Amino acid sequence: MTGETTSAIVKRCEAIFDDLNFTLAREWKEAEPGRKVIAYMPVYVPRELIHAAGMLPLGIMGGGDNLEVIHGDAYYQSYICRIPRSTIELGVSGRLDFVDGMLFPSICDVIRNLSGMWKMLFPDVYAKYFDVPQTYKDEVGGVFYTNEMREFLHDLEGIAGRKITDDDIRASIEVYNDNRRAINELYALRAKQPWKAPASEAYLVIRAGLVLPVEEHTVLVREYIAAASAQERPLKDNSRVVLTGMFCEQPPLNLLKSLELSGCYIVDDDFILISRWLIGDVPTTGDPVHNLSQAFLHSSMSTAAKYEPDQEEKGQFLVRAVRETGAEGVIFASTSFCDPALLDRPILQNVLKAADIPFIAFKYAENSGQMQPIREQAGTFVDSIKLWSAA
Amino acid sequence: MKPSVVKAQPADVLKDASMLKQKEMMAAHYERLTSAPQAGEKVASTFVPGNLNELIMCFDLVNNLPEVNAIQSGLRKQSGQYIMEAERAGHSEDVCTYVKSDIGMMLKGNIGPNGKELPRPDVLLLSYTGCFTFLKWFELLREQYKCPTIFLQTPYMADGKVTPNMIQYMVKQLKEDVIPTLEEVSGVKFDIDRLREYLKKSAEAEDDLVHILQSGKNKPSPIDAYFGGIYYIGPIFGAFRGTDDAIDYYRFLREEVDERMLKGLGPVTPDGPMGEEKYRLVVEGPPNYTSFRQFWKMFYDEGATVVASSYTKVGGTYDYGFRHDPDRPLESLAEYCLGVYTNRNLPMRIDMLSDYINEYEADGLLINSIKSCNSFSAGQLLIMREVEKRTGKPAAFIETDLVDPRYFSAANVKNRLESYFQMIDQKRGSKGAAA
Repeated sequence: MTGETTSAIVKRCEAIFDDLNFTLAREWKEAEPGRKVIAYMPVYVPRELIHAAGMLPLGIMGGGDNLEVIHGDAYYQSYICRIPRSTIELGVSGRLDFVDGMLFPSICDVIRNLSGMWKMLFPDVYAKYFDVPQTYKDEVGGVFYTNEMREFLHDLEGIAGRKITDDDIRASIEVYNDNRRAINELYALRAKQPWKAPASEAYLVIRAGLVLPVEEHTVLVREYIAAASAQERPLKDNSRVVLTGMFCEQPPLNLLKSLELSGCYIVDDDFILISRWLIGDVPTTGDPVHNLSQAFLHSSMSTAAKYEPDQEEKGQFLVRAVRETGAEGVIFASTSFCDPALLDRPILQNVLKAADIPFIAFKYAENSGQMQPIREQAGTFVDSIKLWSAA
Repeated sequence: MKPSVVKAQPADVLKDASMLKQKEMMAAHYERLTSAPQAGEKVASTFVPGNLNELIMCFDLVNNLPEVNAIQSGLRKQSGQYIMEAERAGHSEDVCTYVKSDIGMMLKGNIGPNGKELPRPDVLLLSYTGCFTFLKWFELLREQYKCPTIFLQTPYMADGKVTPNMIQYMVKQLKEDVIPTLEEVSGVKFDIDRLREYLKKSAEAEDDLVHILQSGKNKPSPIDAYFGGIYYIGPIFGAFRGTDDAIDYYRFLREEVDERMLKGLGPVTPDGPMGEEKYRLVVEGPPNYTSFRQFWKMFYDEGATVVASSYTKVGGTYDYGFRHDPDRPLESLAEYCLGVYTNRNLPMRIDMLSDYINEYEADGLLINSIKSCNSFSAGQLLIMREVEKRTGKPAAFIETDLVDPRYFSAANVKNRLESYFQMIDQKRGSKGAAA
């Protein structure tokens, strides 16, 4: 424990967030010869495998609202979301020139096609579309996914120049289990005492884990929890809300702050979903790749990028999130032109209606600057929640 | 009962007889579909890319394709009101307009192109191939219809190759999920020999389709491989692949096209035979359906023929050698799904378009970018630049939508096309001057 205050920790995390040259990751790589960095986009890749290869997994969530996109816009029409264009901007501007590989998870057609564009634009960099099963039977989707992970491991061994053993993977699984435990503790604190750990702070703390080595990040999260728990902050007359739809292109930090200023305690969310993707610990005995596959199939988060085979279960994750956190409503905040979030939204809204949970919806982009309409909408929502609950 | 299709003979009909025959086939299919409940037939809804029509027929199910319904709504100027209906019901303005047209049609009574109500599907065969939206589309339909939904995932051909893991995964899904559920829904036992028979018929029609599409290499091209091509692909991408009707249609069409080729004639347009072929184009992307004729007219008025297109490969890349194989029935269905155009990675798409420009001796590439189709559209600007670089031929970019009339700006598209044709002329002129 360093005894740092929340503001000092948050300041440290914000500096990492603002640094679009990824200085810490560069420094990590330069610290020892032969170190490699493998970047990944939302939503999920098994970082344990990258870590087991002795490499640094680096999360790339687009360029945010501080990156001026000059080249990236030349690659996309106006009706495509912003994250691929700012990611290309990061690439062509040399900000990712230290990255040894780039992973494009199976999330939507835009990120899927970006994997091919990356191959064309950066032919000397390992680029992989990371496919995951959308069917969840062990002998079907499970075998497919296990084989896909083994193929990925083979590629990593080629980049690392060494074998990756099962023990390496088991050790990495344990490290990530611990990281998820810490992050879950942070979410538990937010659900219990949201005034102590505002979402805008928690976001920065969790997001730092996309750049820092996981071991360091786990320590950081626990430091923040300790500092936030110890700090007295006034309890406001806010409403508790669950925020959903932010699983890919990330919100501008100001958006989270604006929601909080308008009277929301954000007690659950789906931003930086990779940090909580696997639910519970992954076993550290037995075949580690099989264990990761099992965790993905049977114990992972629900999101719009995943197929839900059971109609009765569709959208229930959101109802559970509301019930478990004591939330009073849901805010659908989706990125403009986001197929998964926007196509899913009407179904989820019907589920909430059936469960008598109020909601509102708006769209944003990672570089949205005008927060006044969102603040007004959210403020009105909060007021109406209070009126309803009073009735 | 399946209605019989009128068998037209080349000698008895005018030059565009194949189009009439195709329309008769489609009309007969819609009659069968809308009368399915009365006839005691069950209905399977599925998608064009990854359409497993041969398998569906093995269970005596009638194939219903929501994409084709949306296209029909677009051609009949119905889709605009359907889309707005869906948006009023909470669907975003940003998403696929096929989906919204389909949902809106459902909300307004689900009236098909023949003016009769389309039946509720007995099963949704979610063949997830090359388009993420499919996954959500059938989740949306499942919510409404509450019928069994079968999921078949086709892995993306991200590295430009089909791996054994991909094939094994798909065959397992077919064996363990798709076939047993279809048996359960239909009450019909799966017969692999029946499937083999259908696949054999598919391959026969596929041979003729490839001959027809590759006739675009001739000068002048006897076909328009985009606007005309949409008629040509209708039966084989839809409910007719694997049938005798498809074999008859493609043989008939082949003879018609061969005859035009022998006479040195171009394609038949809605305004009659095409005049002089001035421009030969390769087109990437789907067309706009709400102003289909107007859009086509902008091409043939200028003497522009599309000699090859990527859109006619969304239901199979037969010209690259794939044929349904009765000796490897399930593996063959898997390979079919894996190979469809939108399941191919960007480098493969670039290779294909560049090859088309060279092999069909085209003047350039035109991209019709669709506002609400990320599967096609994301990456098209890079495709354009890369194809231009590789072939040295000019490329152009226009933007429309599939079935949303609000996104078809005729004046804008026409201006861009005219500028593009001028660009081709200048390129030719500069080559002539250089020589």
